[in-house]
Amino acid sequence: MELERHAYDVVVVGAGGAGLRAAIAAHEAGARTAVVCKSLLGKAHTVMAEGGIAAAMGNAYPEDNWRVHFRDTMRGGKMLNSWRMAQLHAQEAPDRVRELEDWGALFDRTPDGLISQRDFGGHRYARLAHVGDRTGLELIRTLQQRSVALGVDVYMECTVTRLLTDEDGITGAFGYWRESGRFLAWEAPSVVLATGGIGKSYKVTSNSWEYTGDGHSLALQAGASLVNMEFVQFHPTGMVWPPSVRGILVTESVRGDGGVLKNSSGNRFMFDYIPDFFRKETAETEDEADRWYTDKKNNRRPPELLPRDEVARAINSEVKAGRGSPHGGVFLDIASRRPAEYVRKRLPSMYHQFKELADVDITAEAMEVGPTCHYVMGGVEVDPDTAAAGVPGLFAAGEVAGGMHGSNRLGGNSLSDLLVFGRRAGVAAAEHAQKRAGLVALAEEALADAARAALAPFERDGGENAYAVQLELQQTMHDLVGIIRTAPEMERALERIAALKERVAALSVEGHRQYNPGWHLALDLPHMLLVSECVARAALAREESRGGHTRDDFPATDPDWGRTNLACERAPDGTVHLARQPLPDMPPELAEIFEEGP
Amino acid sequence: MTEPGEPSTGDLDEGRTRSGGGYDATFRVWRGDASGGDLQTFTVPVNEGEVVLDVIHRVQQTQAGDLAVRWNCKAGKCGSCSAEVNGRPRLMCLTRMSTFAEDETVTVTPLRTFPVIRDLVTDVSYNYEKAAQIPAFTPRPRDPDGNHRMQQVDVERPQEFRKCIECWLCQDTCHVIRDHEENKAAFAGPRFLIRLAELDMHPLDVADRRDAAQDDFGLGYCNITKCCSEVCPEGIHLTDNGIIPLKERVVDRKFDPLTFLGSRIRRRRPGD
Repeated sequence: MELERHAYDVVVVGAGGAGLRAAIAAHEAGARTAVVCKSLLGKAHTVMAEGGIAAAMGNAYPEDNWRVHFRDTMRGGKMLNSWRMAQLHAQEAPDRVRELEDWGALFDRTPDGLISQRDFGGHRYARLAHVGDRTGLELIRTLQQRSVALGVDVYMECTVTRLLTDEDGITGAFGYWRESGRFLAWEAPSVVLATGGIGKSYKVTSNSWEYTGDGHSLALQAGASLVNMEFVQFHPTGMVWPPSVRGILVTESVRGDGGVLKNSSGNRFMFDYIPDFFRKETAETEDEADRWYTDKKNNRRPPELLPRDEVARAINSEVKAGRGSPHGGVFLDIASRRPAEYVRKRLPSMYHQFKELADVDITAEAMEVGPTCHYVMGGVEVDPDTAAAGVPGLFAAGEVAGGMHGSNRLGGNSLSDLLVFGRRAGVAAAEHAQKRAGLVALAEEALADAARAALAPFERDGGENAYAVQLELQQTMHDLVGIIRTAPEMERALERIAALKERVAALSVEGHRQYNPGWHLALDLPHMLLVSECVARAALAREESRGGHTRDDFPATDPDWGRTNLACERAPDGTVHLARQPLPDMPPELAEIFEEGP
Repeated sequence: MTEPGEPSTGDLDEGRTRSGGGYDATFRVWRGDASGGDLQTFTVPVNEGEVVLDVIHRVQQTQAGDLAVRWNCKAGKCGSCSAEVNGRPRLMCLTRMSTFAEDETVTVTPLRTFPVIRDLVTDVSYNYEKAAQIPAFTPRPRDPDGNHRMQQVDVERPQEFRKCIECWLCQDTCHVIRDHEENKAAFAGPRFLIRLAELDMHPLDVADRRDAAQDDFGLGYCNITKCCSEVCPEGIHLTDNGIIPLKERVVDRKFDPLTFLGSRIRRRRPGD
């Protein structure tokens, strides 16, 4: 078999924020490091992040510190988060932001010349380091330039289709060059998964084509477990019109900077949807909410800045009640609340996006917005300190890892998550590789088997094409495992997924192996189906509503479920098996943080 | 379960069931590889509000499953879906179908400055090679309290260049390399000239890249025709705000006798 072979200490799969940060850390720890990514370098989904990086630096509010950030994160996740991950994240995020400046990042400044910090939903203080509304681009470019300066090897437009293991754990990975369709394998004792999320299994999503759940699926197939897969975040504000841009993200910064949500009668309906859990810290009147932007000490947060799950559900309810906008969303209005110059300065990319794609001038009229599938809280179950998965040598960081965000992620906590746990994964992967140096080898039989599986779609004639199956999966997840869920619908989803699996096994592909998107999709689909099955199974089992999981048939939170995680494992016969796990106990010195004021 | 904005469910074949503004467009798309190719004609349904990339995807989904095209964000933020639309370098995701007449044939071809890999996908490795040659960011030390301090007004100039999404449209349109493969070795292209300008203007950076700009990256090849600024989807003023100021700084260095003397002195090593 024709096969290009490489040997490294650490192979990082994915070149978004987590992958690049892991690669930098592994390289700096002395490991021979490679990054493998499906797109060109610098195009990863991290560029889509807009608002900022949450870090309690205290530049805007000296009262802010890691304890407050930790508390906000746990409460935003409805206390289901891994407390240790939330603690490490809150403690280390400021240092991770500062070092980006040493690598060339240029954040917006305070009058004192420090990094400016902006307001976001669920955060008690203004704490998002940002660059206008293109913070993700700044993050990816900074890490990209740093990786290039260090000389990290990058395999661009290259897809990993298998993780290779032996009885002692990871031995490497197998994949293909998208450009040529040729196969390659990396021998490596450590693999870091940083593959992002699963949103492409949904019809309306802010996610790009890359978000096919590869890392979730590869980990599960290699023997690792996934936690919290039922929790999928629907960002409250995606574009709804025109249809071709439906789902594209409208940053939460619009609300952080003064924008409000209104229904068709012009009412700020979020005041009607304040849950008891957040009542003490949320403004009761429009006057108080408006005063909060300039005086946070004496006023409480506007309800538009409740955590994303609350806002998304409220929008959903308004539209269902017939109070939506002409194209089935609600109105997001900053035009009537802030001067045009301010909007253009603070939200340049939103201004550009609406102007170019929807012919809407957001400084003059309201935007139409509605929920869009944005982020999966669930992911590979990892050790909080090392990001190590259950399989020795396998690590996961960023969106593909689970636990950090509990049942709902706060805005701004993703970019900081990438940096904190990307670095931790890189360090731990380098350390593991050192212990396993010279002890791993690739099994020829496994390589041949991986190649056979990848070529199978070419061997079949007359099957349907991959795009039709993908559209049907997206429709299924959208209709049946979406923002509001019921048992009968999810049971139907599982039946459909089973049927789609059979159709994927019979797909055929036209053309040849050189840069063939139809073939690439045919190889992504099994990942999408496996991960969709995990989401549906976990969502069916969790008979309560919490964060990014809302059951019409079980609308309340349940204290027993509040102490329970669901883990997906792959049984020997290939089926997905669910296991209930008790949440780890929080130590008293952290528990007491929740006794402190609102 | 129906979500907000969902007019109906079950319309899997989005190409044909949406109402309003629908018509059939004629697309000519270049298909082939390094050994050659030609324009192929497709008749494709178009719906209200769509962009060229939507139509290309529909061709892929319904008529040519192996049509090669790069894309990621579909919102003008990642710079992946660059191509030439009716001969103009454009991001396909930001080129709205409403800018064409319904009976107008839309021709989509790959970026001409780079070698074709397949269909609309080109080999842009030239850009990554140039990027790797730029002398890296070199910061001054942090303040004693561990922070860097910069004023907003000082970060705004280099921030303009950091808006760059690396779509390579400026590189594609630049006549120095567009039909002159032979210049690629000596010339880094507008994207990297503004990267040099950005580092030159960066409040924290202490390295001097002016000689390199001229000698290694071909700043002198640019005769400021501003074609790059015209095609930039981010509206970056590459020539006026980046390349011209950089040229001025290089000239200052080359012809200012004090600067020249200073550079001689600084180059001395202790003990010389």
